[in-house]
Amino acid sequence: MQNIDWERFGPMLTQAAGETLYMVGIAVVVGGFFGLLIGLGLYLTRPGNLLENRLVYTLLNVAINIVRPLPFLIFVVALGPVTRLVVNRIIGIEAFTFAMCVVAAFASARLVEQNLVSIDPGVVEAARAMGASPWRIVRTVLVREALSPLILGYTFLVVGVVDMSALGGFLGAGGLGDLAIVHGYRQFNWSITYVVVAVIVIGVQLVQMVGNWLSRRIAGR
Amino acid sequence: MSVPIISFRAALKVFPAAGKRPEVRAVDGVTFDILAGEIFGVIGHSGAGKSTLVRLINALEKPTAGSVIVDGIDLGGLSESKLRPMRAGIGMIFQQFNLLQSRTVAGNVAYPLEVAGWPRARRRKRVAELLEYVGLSDKAKARPRQLSGGQRQRVGIARALAASPRILLADEATSALDPETTRDVLELLKRINRELGVTVVVITHAMSLVRHVCDRVAVMAEGKIAEIGDTYSVFTSPSAEVTKRLVETALSDRPSASMLERLRTQHPGRLITVGVHDNAAPASVSPSAEIFGLLRQYNVDATVIYGTITEIGERPFGSLTIEITSDPGNLSAIDRAVNALAAIAPVADHGAVIAALPTFTGRQLLSGLPAAPAIYTPSGEEPQ
Repeated sequence: MQNIDWERFGPMLTQAAGETLYMVGIAVVVGGFFGLLIGLGLYLTRPGNLLENRLVYTLLNVAINIVRPLPFLIFVVALGPVTRLVVNRIIGIEAFTFAMCVVAAFASARLVEQNLVSIDPGVVEAARAMGASPWRIVRTVLVREALSPLILGYTFLVVGVVDMSALGGFLGAGGLGDLAIVHGYRQFNWSITYVVVAVIVIGVQLVQMVGNWLSRRIAGR
Repeated sequence: MSVPIISFRAALKVFPAAGKRPEVRAVDGVTFDILAGEIFGVIGHSGAGKSTLVRLINALEKPTAGSVIVDGIDLGGLSESKLRPMRAGIGMIFQQFNLLQSRTVAGNVAYPLEVAGWPRARRRKRVAELLEYVGLSDKAKARPRQLSGGQRQRVGIARALAASPRILLADEATSALDPETTRDVLELLKRINRELGVTVVVITHAMSLVRHVCDRVAVMAEGKIAEIGDTYSVFTSPSAEVTKRLVETALSDRPSASMLERLRTQHPGRLITVGVHDNAAPASVSPSAEIFGLLRQYNVDATVIYGTITEIGERPFGSLTIEITSDPGNLSAIDRAVNALAAIAPVADHGAVIAALPTFTGRQLLSGLPAAPAIYTPSGEEPQ
């Protein structure tokens, strides 16, 4: 193990952690929000559901099935023209974060849909029988009933998004993954690599703990 | 009591074919009324269309043709947003209770009041009232999963009553409950009907439920109404095949052929099955007292060997299988007693074993097998 020059490495680690937090935070919040909308749309337009609509359902489904299985790096490249349109450049942390948001949205859309599908349709019927409007049912029945497993799902999403952020170096977005590769791996400095690994592990662990706690609390168990 | 509150007029509900599933005519052109203030039962086997029928009442399903009129309003003519307040005026309870797991008991009962836009303070007061009414005041803060099935259904009932509906729909509401809890829930439904004047529509496959609570009943089969009328007459003199089967399986008051054979081995005398209906007797005398009083007049002995007497709509109903014997010198009294009985109640005559002295044919002597006992009936016909 090599010694680490903390004088030099300390600020680099802080900056990289900041970049990762930025990427992950925005991707989870923005991507997660759009994922919720797409997931709800997918669930509601499903045959036999509240806003049944075959066309919309098929379109959303196909879009998700295109985005999700693509290797992330390839998707980032393919998204280039759209990225340029939205953030006005195709490299850097903004460009990379935009691509992460898109993938996070489609990934969480499926997650949201799956959690909603497992809600007892009888509860939705009961709400309809009490005269609730579709929008009220979405807010007070669907999202609320699925909230506890949804939080676990979103916690899982955070882990996936951290995974994506590790490739940030590819577009010059920086982050912890880039640090581990450029200053650890490529310079045969295993100490740096493992310090970065430890930071990521601790961070993910914290997120998972908070997610579990919140989910349990909301389930009222 | 005689004003229709719900009217079906040639109501038809067809679910179109989808994939491999063929078209389903769930409700196939029914016309009948449910009267204000009654407890009305819809009974039938699963798949008979009962659930679809009841969902036409609160427009969870819309008729393909024909109309459903509730409180004088044709639901078919209303837009979805106009239907919502109509639905709020009709309570509904479900087999699986369908409570919101994310809310407390009080939160569940408050839900329809939130939908109706009640302010918080009024909601809280009303919820307390309702929980008191169904006997769950101490469970206000509990979660549905912490309750027993019967308690959950009472939460369902409190929730259904929250917005003071004029109609309460119960879709297999006791099918997931044990018999004792079922009785409690039925008593509660009766009380709601009596004290609050709510019209109750009960959907079930269980005759026991209908016969305990319903004033009138419709028997449904294959999307059609097979029979409709007051509960007692529908079940005591069923005309449709489906009703007859329902009554027989529900009461099992008549011995099957194999049971009769077993009974025979111990009871060689005259066996009859007599129906116990209260229209067979003056109202002051119970029908079974009437039957045995009559038998005594003919100086014959009667032993009950099989049967059930229960209540339908609080009136006695069932049948008894009786062995009638007499002194050897008075055998003709048995015939006369059975004839007299047949005049006041439906009688099925199973005859008597008359092989008092063993008689053997030559072949049976050779094979060593005893003869099957001959059965005597006055008409000389084979007993059933």
